[in-house]
Amino acid sequence: MLSRLPVAALKSQSALGASRSTFSAFRTRATSQVRFASSSSASSATLESLFTSRASLISATLFSAGSIAWYSHLYGSLPFIGEVHANSLADDGLHPTAYPWSHKGLFDSFDHSSIRRGFQVYREVCAACHSLDRIAWRNLVGVSHSADEARLLAEDLEYTDGPDDKGEMFQRPGKLSDYLPSPYPNEEAARAGNGGALPPDLSLIIKARHGGADYVFSLLTGYIDPPAGVEIREGMNYNPYFPGGAISMERVLWDNLVEYDDGTPATTSQMAKDVVTFLNWAAEPEHDERKKMGIKAVILFSALFAVSIGVKRFKWTVIKNRKMFYNPPKDLNH
Amino acid sequence: MALANAFYNTVVKRNSVFVTSIFAGAFAFNVGFDIAVTSFWDRWNQGKQWKDIRSKYIQEESDS
Repeated sequence: MLSRLPVAALKSQSALGASRSTFSAFRTRATSQVRFASSSSASSATLESLFTSRASLISATLFSAGSIAWYSHLYGSLPFIGEVHANSLADDGLHPTAYPWSHKGLFDSFDHSSIRRGFQVYREVCAACHSLDRIAWRNLVGVSHSADEARLLAEDLEYTDGPDDKGEMFQRPGKLSDYLPSPYPNEEAARAGNGGALPPDLSLIIKARHGGADYVFSLLTGYIDPPAGVEIREGMNYNPYFPGGAISMERVLWDNLVEYDDGTPATTSQMAKDVVTFLNWAAEPEHDERKKMGIKAVILFSALFAVSIGVKRFKWTVIKNRKMFYNPPKDLNH
Repeated sequence: MALANAFYNTVVKRNSVFVTSIFAGAFAFNVGFDIAVTSFWDRWNQGKQWKDIRSKYIQEESDS
């Protein structure tokens, strides 16, 4: 662990040792002055021995060395000491903008018409490559679709079920309890279909990516031509928000790619906003209920806290307001 | 004082009445508190929730 310490840390340690000699010189001067003083208090002597003893020097050295080692083990580097990195900030991806999502505030629920539009975008665009394993058709009921609509959507698809009484699998139309189908049968097929890159499952993608909804929105709308000097391999695309800059997914959202049934203009940013809202719901289906419960909890616990303060003041008022008197006993000897 | 005496004589004096009134009071408070928070929530999020937009997608009586 000590080998990871920068040289400057060791240098500061040796500087501490050097300062010790000056400190002992100061001590001899101080004691010679004290000798001429008419009185010397014992407390200053203990204070002096506390500052100059070998044990305190060793313990202070061990403490500082230990805290430096612990800090550098925990955080990798020491603060206020310059470091040189071989990678550039662009390799970590551009920091996404903070967008004013309709569900951002403490009291804000999801915009459910946006979830509905976002599901349409997912189904018509994203679902060609990305699965959404953890969402079943029944999860859409009462969130973005009625039960009949969700049932119709499910019935359009064929699901493999079985085995039947002859031991064979059979195809049947989907039910509300079926999960959304994945575009590929397994991970290897997904990689083979996308030049070796695996399209991640989108069920929890908002929670799984640093920056959350802001990051996914920035990624979807952030495709640009690579700047001068940046080499992008064949089959890859440049996106400054993606760590490393080269992403296998090409830009998929173009104006008027889908046709919304509520007449909203399907611009690129509108579709990205809707699909990110939908994916945010998929990652946090409990979101609305959680915020509502949070409001209740904050109100109730604040009230209970105020009550507990009042009870404490009530119980302590006897102790806080008492007065003590001392009545000296009459001296009987005189 | 008269009010406190009346409260003591009607509610607190018999333990069975006291415990029952605590349970009933907790139930009534829970219902009222829930109604109050829900009405605030619905007013704050007007037009955003499913119950605000479901009329657009459901014509006749349905089970959702």
